[in-house]
Amino acid sequence: MKLDRALLLHLGLLAALLAFHFAAPAYHHTNIARIMVLAIYAMGYNIAFGYTGLLSLGHALFFGAGLYAAGLLAYHAEGTAGTGLIAGLAAGGLVAFALGLFALRTAGVAFMIVTLMFAQAGYLTVLYFGSYTRGDEGIVIPRAGRMLGSLDLSDDNTRYLVAFALFAAALLVNLWLARSPRGRIMVAMRENEERSRMLGYNPFTVKLAALTISGLYSGLSGAAYALMFGYAGASLASVQYSILPLLYVLLGGAGTVIGPFLGALLMFYLIDYASSVTDAHQFVTGAALVLLILFAPKGILGTLRERGLRWLP
Amino acid sequence: MLRLEGIEAGYGAVQVLRGLSLSVAAGEVLCLMGRNGAGKSTTLKTIIGQLRASAGTIELDGARLETLPAHEVPRQGVGYVPQGRRLFGDLTVAENIEIGLMTRKRDARTRDRVLELFPRLRERMGQVSRTLSGGEQQMLAIARALCLEPKVLLLDEPTEGLQPSMIALIRDTVVALKKTGVATILVEQRVDAALSVADRIAFMTGGSVAETVPAAGLRADAPQFAAYVGV
Repeated sequence: MKLDRALLLHLGLLAALLAFHFAAPAYHHTNIARIMVLAIYAMGYNIAFGYTGLLSLGHALFFGAGLYAAGLLAYHAEGTAGTGLIAGLAAGGLVAFALGLFALRTAGVAFMIVTLMFAQAGYLTVLYFGSYTRGDEGIVIPRAGRMLGSLDLSDDNTRYLVAFALFAAALLVNLWLARSPRGRIMVAMRENEERSRMLGYNPFTVKLAALTISGLYSGLSGAAYALMFGYAGASLASVQYSILPLLYVLLGGAGTVIGPFLGALLMFYLIDYASSVTDAHQFVTGAALVLLILFAPKGILGTLRERGLRWLP
Repeated sequence: MLRLEGIEAGYGAVQVLRGLSLSVAAGEVLCLMGRNGAGKSTTLKTIIGQLRASAGTIELDGARLETLPAHEVPRQGVGYVPQGRRLFGDLTVAENIEIGLMTRKRDARTRDRVLELFPRLRERMGQVSRTLSGGEQQMLAIARALCLEPKVLLLDEPTEGLQPSMIALIRDTVVALKKTGVATILVEQRVDAALSVADRIAFMTGGSVAETVPAAGLRADAPQFAAYVGV
């Protein structure tokens, strides 16, 4: 990867996050670790939606697949964090691939509905097999299952650094993908599927690949979330967790690499602050989204890119 | 090189092409002319696979095209420049060209050959394509199709809405391609533009070719233009 201003920007963000580890108060330290994990999920969502134009309402299924792959393995099979992360990554990718084989035969609103229904089916499956998943109550992952080699993910510092390492890897892979020929074809597909087909690209194959990569990111994020915060519950596989990454991406900027992180950061703190002053915090986030749509419909970084920062990937 | 035989195609229940047959040889320019609704653009869309032929055959160097999935047709060496350019507006000139190159895994040498035809694009490589002028967009649309190194190039009204200097440039490009052995099927409404590049002109009416005549010696006031094009 050539060292240019786009790469420098991303490396700068990573350097700032690493520096934050040494300077941040405990409360924000934990928050940023959580945000980095959720940003991996949002990056995955962005690959499907922001780059390829697949507006999914079912990504909680992929996040949940990773969450429960890691959680169940640790809870029932004495799995470790290492096997949990690998299992989560694989589960997210496989579920996304399988869903894509069916759902990508539809488009637009039908695709949204089909993905939503699959995700709801996944959520209900978690509740139905409550004797294994502990349903609404969820699984509290034992400490042994949160060991990554000699690293204990229940320790705040370790958790932050492992979250940072996963986030850094996810960000740089995302940057590479966005600037690769494959990334351009995904964008071409988003812009016009028929036009891409006329140039010799199979829309189904391109979209299936994008959805599978998106599932890998989501599954990894789900597994990391379960292992780092020690909990896998049905609420984390509910429809709300399909909407969250969409909001993060819309706020930060669809089709930008840093946008999902920025969106997750701002939305997390907006909800955090709003819920500390009012029970009706969803009104505040709703109002923020209305303002966003009115004044920056392409999200923060999408708008900046449109207004001059053309080099922003 | 490319041969269509007894093609029937249309949009849903509306049949447009009715037993269409035509052929074009390597290094030949065949111009399709006719009134609106005669089936000119539909012919190109059927060749590229955007529309499915319900009957008939399409052969490129003996290989059947109409049985292939639409995305496979360009990979066989058919380049298509649709009416209205249809670029990827948010991508730069360089990125649009790169997408054309990747289809058949062509490299920088192909890109450089294509850009020799359109030097102005070389100056605009970093520019977002929707901000180009109409003529530049048309150049890019043709350049992108040429990145496939096509055996057959399908051009749907490439001079529509362009200024005379751009029309001349596109005519020169078609002539240059002809010398390299590329077969071209050109849909054109402008009689002068058609006569300046075509080897043969196929006059279409009612979804089939009514008459095919050599362009050489044909004058703009020939009765076919009045009968089939209405000029």
